[in-house]
Parts: sequence; C-alpha cells; structure tokens
Amino acid sequence: MIGTVKTFSLGGVHPEENKLSANAPIEKIPVPKQAFIPMGQNLGTPSKPVVSKGDLVKVGQLIAEASGFISTNIHSPVSGKVLKIDDIVDASGYKRPGIIINVDGDEWDESIDLSDDIKEDIELDGKEIIEKIKEKGLVGMGGATFPTYVKMMPPPGKVAEYLLINGVECEPYLTSDHRLMLEKGKEILIGTRILMKALNVNKAIIGIEINKLDAINHLNELAKKYEGIKIQPLKVQYPQGGEKQLIKAALNREVPSGKLPIEVGCVVQNVGTAFAVYEAVQKNKPLIDRVVTVTGKGVKKPSNFLVRIGTPLQDMIDAVEGFPETTGKIINGGPMMGKALISLDVPVVKGSSGILLMEEGESKRKPESPCIRCSKCTYVCPQGLEPFLLSKASKLAKFDMAEKEKVMDCIECGSCQYTCPASIPLLDYLRLGKTMVGANIRNRNKK
Amino acid sequence: MSMLTVSGSPHIHGDDSTKKIMYGVVYAMIPAMLVSVYYFGLDALRVLLIASVACLFFEWVIQKYLIKGPITITDGSALVTGILLAFNVPSNLPTWMIIIGALVAIGMAKMSFGGLGKNVFNPALVARVFLLISFPVQMTSWPKPQAIINGLTDAITGPTPLGIVKEGLGAGKTMSELAPELPDYMQTMVGQMGGSLGEVSAIALILGGIYMLVRKIITWHIPVSMLLTVVIFSGIFWGVDPEHYADPVFHLLTGGMLLGAIFMATDMVSSPMTKGGQLVYGFGIGLLTILIRMWGAYPEGVSFAILLMNAVVPLINMGFKPKRFGAKPGVVIKTS
Repeated sequence: MIGTVKTFSLGGVHPEENKLSANAPIEKIPVPKQAFIPMGQNLGTPSKPVVSKGDLVKVGQLIAEASGFISTNIHSPVSGKVLKIDDIVDASGYKRPGIIINVDGDEWDESIDLSDDIKEDIELDGKEIIEKIKEKGLVGMGGATFPTYVKMMPPPGKVAEYLLINGVECEPYLTSDHRLMLEKGKEILIGTRILMKALNVNKAIIGIEINKLDAINHLNELAKKYEGIKIQPLKVQYPQGGEKQLIKAALNREVPSGKLPIEVGCVVQNVGTAFAVYEAVQKNKPLIDRVVTVTGKGVKKPSNFLVRIGTPLQDMIDAVEGFPETTGKIINGGPMMGKALISLDVPVVKGSSGILLMEEGESKRKPESPCIRCSKCTYVCPQGLEPFLLSKASKLAKFDMAEKEKVMDCIECGSCQYTCPASIPLLDYLRLGKTMVGANIRNRNKK
Repeated sequence: MSMLTVSGSPHIHGDDSTKKIMYGVVYAMIPAMLVSVYYFGLDALRVLLIASVACLFFEWVIQKYLIKGPITITDGSALVTGILLAFNVPSNLPTWMIIIGALVAIGMAKMSFGGLGKNVFNPALVARVFLLISFPVQMTSWPKPQAIINGLTDAITGPTPLGIVKEGLGAGKTMSELAPELPDYMQTMVGQMGGSLGEVSAIALILGGIYMLVRKIITWHIPVSMLLTVVIFSGIFWGVDPEHYADPVFHLLTGGMLLGAIFMATDMVSSPMTKGGQLVYGFGIGLLTILIRMWGAYPEGVSFAILLMNAVVPLINMGFKPKRFGAKPGVVIKTS
C-alpha cells in the first residue's frame, strides 16, 4: 500500500513519459581531460575565482567563492593545473567567465571522506549545518540552482512547518532523480533528516509520481526508520514537480501570488539536493559532481551518469556510443522546460539534470495558425492564467494589461503551448511579457 | 550532423490541431446528417452538399482574390459552417438561397471580421437569420419527414411543433386541445417532426455531443447551463399554467434547442473563454430563447438568443476570469 495518490488542483497536461533510461543504473564516467567551470552556476551573482593561472588544485579544493548573498562557492571537480581563467560558452550560448583546468590524475582533498560507509548520526547543530551547506557550494539540483543555504534561512517572522523533498521528476525523459532515489535512498533520507534539523521542523514529505512505484516502495521501506518522513505518491501529471503545485498537492496549501513557499510554512528541496546535503554534511564533500540523464529516441544507450561538474557534454555523448545522426536538437534539461543548446561545447554545471537529443522530425515547431479561442491554454494552465490573453497583450506591447492579468505568476511550465491546437508559441510571448513587466516593476520600486 | 534547431521551451507538442478539432465536429454531425437524409430524402443531401461546397468555394475565392493570402480551406472550419448552415434551413430551400446563405456566412460573418478565430458571431447563424428575414416564406415551409424507405414522393409541408403551439395558443386554444397535432416524445427523440434538416433528431444530436465531450472538443458548461435554464424557466410557467404553456421536455426536444445547445452555442470562436463565463453565457441563451418562444413574434428563438449572447461575449470575458492560483492570502502558520 502506498497510500492516497494526490495531485494539484488546476490544469496540467500529460505528455508521453518516454523514461527510456529508467532502468539504467547510475554509471560513473571517466574524469575529463579538461574541465570547464563557469562562474555563474547559481541563480544570482556569479562566483569570484580565488585561483590563478598555473595553480595546482585538488578535487574538492575551493576555486571560486560566493560574491554576495545569493551566490555560492565553487570547488574544483578535478585535480590538475589551472590552464587559464577565460570566457566559457554557457548553456544559453553566452560567453561567461570561467576556470579551465588541465586534468592530471584524480587526487582528492584530504578533508573529504571517500569511504562507502553510510554515516547516520548527525553531529552538527542546525546553524553548523547551514554553514556547511553554504561552504560546500550547494544549489537547488532540480534546475533552478537557487543557493540552498538561502532557502534554509527563513526571513524574520516566517517559520517553516514542513520540509518538502521534490522527487516528482515530472519532466518526460529525465530519470536522474528516479535512479538516485533507488540507489541512494538511505543517503537521501539522512539528507532529509539533516535538512529537517537545520530548519527545526519535525515533518517532511517526499513527493514522487506514481510512475516511479519502485522508488516509492523503496523509500517507504527505508523511511520506517526515520521519524517524521512521509512518502507522498502523486499522480503522473505535469507540472506536478512545480514547487507551488507540489505544495498544493501534498498539503493543499496555496502559495499566494508573488510569494515564496515559506509564506505557507514550507521549504522545498530537490531529492538531488538532499543527497548533496548528505554528502556535504556527513562526508565533507563539496558539490563537484551530479547525476545526469543522457537520453533521446535515437540514443543507442540511454543512460544515467555520475559526472563531474565541468565535464564537456561531448564526453557524455561518447559514453552513450555517440551522437545519433538523426539528432535535430540538443536540450539541456527536459523537453518541457529545458533549454536548446547551440552545440555540445558546453560543460555540465550544478543545475544540469539531463541531456536530451531530439530526433530531427520532432525538433521543429509546427507552423502557427490563427487562435480559434478554444481556451484549452486556459484549461491547462496550472496557475489559473489566460495564456491566450497574456500572449496577445505582450504581442501588442500592452504590458500594463499583462501585469494586471498576472503574467508574473507564470511558472513557464509550457503546458499552454504544448496544448495549443494552433501551435501558437504562447510561452515565447509570456516570457517577453514577464521580462518587460519585471523591468517595469523594478523601475517603479526604484522611484 | 545537420543544423541544430534552437528554440524556446517547450520542445514537444501535444499534437492537437485546429484541423483535428474541426473535423472532429464534422464527425460529430454525421448522425444528424444521416437522420436528415433518412427523413427528408435526397433533398437533404442536396442542401448539405450545396451549403458545404458553397462555403468552401466562397472562402477560397475571398482568400485568393480579395485577401490574396494563404488558402486555408482544408482546415475544416468552412466545412463545419457549411454543414451547420444546412442543418439550419428547411430541406426544400431553393439552391440559390442556400448559396446566398453561404456567401453571407463566409463573406460577411467570417472573412469580413478577419477570418478564422476573429468572427464575433456564429457564421452559420448569421446566415440563417439573414435568410429567415429575407425569405420568410421559404424559410418557414417545413417538409414533413417521411422515411426514405417509404419511397420518394412529393413532400408535404406543414408547421413545426413550435409553430403549432405559437399559433394555437395565439388563437386562444389550450395545450390539451393542441396535443393531437403535436408529435409524441418518441417522435421528437428520433426526429419525426417538421423542422430544419439538422435539428429534428434529439438522439442523433446527443450522440454527436457525447462524441465531442469525449474528444474534449466541447465542455459541458454551455449546453448544460443553457438547457437547465430552459427547463427551469419553462417549468415554472408550465407548473403554474400547463394549459397555456408547453412543458419543459417539449421545449428541450423541439426546434433548434439541442442543435443550438450542442453545436452552435459551443462554437469555440464565438463563446466565452472561461468555464464561469460559459455558464453565464449558456444561462443567457436559455433565458432569451424561452422569452422569444413564449412572448416573441417568432415561434423559435434559439438562433436569435445565441447571436445576442455572442455580442456579449467580450464583456463576459472581461468579467469572468479563471480561478487564479494563489489568489487567496496564505494559511497562517502557528509559531509554537
């Protein structure tokens, strides 16, 4: 028995799941010859390098430090010599400062516990845990890359009541969280206990979609030992893993428009983050590697890799027996919210959850036709917005109207555009609206 | 490696299309089309063909020679308008009048507003009302349904049940005096009564409606709120004075009520965008229909009611917004 299956209240879609790599165990792939480490790996301010050209570094050694409140430390994912500090092309195609290291061997910093033993007892107190999470450069592993320690410090007057661990993985194709839950379940639960201690809460809920029944059963079995952790099965419905949707589904609480989860007493962390917390706090290991799904209908061997940050995507493509001839699009992330890449000369970063190689035939958008006012975009919007109206407002540059109609509530899940029978690029227009309205709001606040 | 496509998310599409929706509506109309041919013979087939071909033709002509833009007659929307126009006229309507109707539907009501998705009013209904006002005699001479298996004889014309009631009550008769002239419920269910060719069979229309509900082409909100309003409103009057008001089931099963509720009021382009708005819209149509049927000059009011409510849709859209996520302030967390 897994208990009642829950879901969120408004809208949602159900794209083909295509979890091709669900049965592929996590594999380590070889350390790259050269590592490319961009400085902007978190949402917020980029980090500042603390090494210079020619320096010798070990795995886990600090190479860049946080510069500001919403920023993170970066540690070397490899050992070797700093080749240069130069521009690196990031996933969006922009040149960003980064550190390039020529790899030599694989020598780890001595402070890191490399043993396979699982360490249960949490020795640090709440404050020390948060300090450790900050020091080890942890960010949200689900893709948003918000610095983890910031989320762990509720603003004055706000109190956390629940910790939610997001194991939903509602994006089609991606399986890295699924595999992590199956293979590192115990570590995830200890990581959850650590986060609970730091937040001073006694209730945690791990939300998982029921297409991962094995993970639900596995964690249910393990969780018996840990007090206060509940495994919540969720309906397979996109975007179940949206932070606000997850809170609504698990607790029937609605995060008010424009507010953060803490407003309703919740802090949400990804399962990957919980695992990273375990490693940071119990093993003193900084965030230097992560699980990445490499998949696609043309991929010979869809896989889940444990890969060092900074590894070029090409190395992972080689590990799945090459780049399919039929590839028409490379996506960093899942097909609903991922970003299309301009090339494979991009490194794995802390927020990379998957690489999806899409077939040429499904890569191009369908031609747009007139809106027939079917309202399906409105029916599927999980935020209760009217995408047809917001896109039109943006198109006509009526940004005041877009603001009034709550364009800033859009979570960019893409359900509207996925559903639109006229194949209108609704989300393109909504993003434009969000950008312009966001700028307007900032300007107003300045005055 | 070929050129890579780079575009914003989402990178997959649910594969629904305007074409699929429009042809879905066409499939949903097949039962009613079959019934019309069964009861009104080859004349029904003639009306269906002329109306459909004329609508497609006028859309093609306008797009090619006036707009000089892309030709989109294969998207199915003009075909839907054509069939709905045919459904809304008597089966003995002269061919040239049908062609005028098609021109009004496509030219005036659809393309003048900017084509697919831009029309405020339902094109087929605009054409029907245009024809009704222009050719009142031909538009209200209803061939009596004769099953095609009984041979093709010259059709006898007669009034519709709604016409009988309107005229009878107007002449001071009571419902019980009129009862022998009216079809029984069974006849109205299968379609054995006078009327426009697509409106007679309740069963065929409901079948189409169920198909569209299952395919998610329509939602239940408009038909249910419209029909419920009709039942409640006509029920009150009938309850008080059954001799001078027809009963609710009669209202539901006669005239264009079901055709209107299932196929015309649910037209995506000319109906409200939110479910709340759709309920109000359905209520308005139901209310106006009964007002016209009971006290108006015409025996039937569905088309007028829908067109009147079409005009209010922009206002309804402004007033009725979807339930926004997070509109309420959050729960208060106890600080223990």
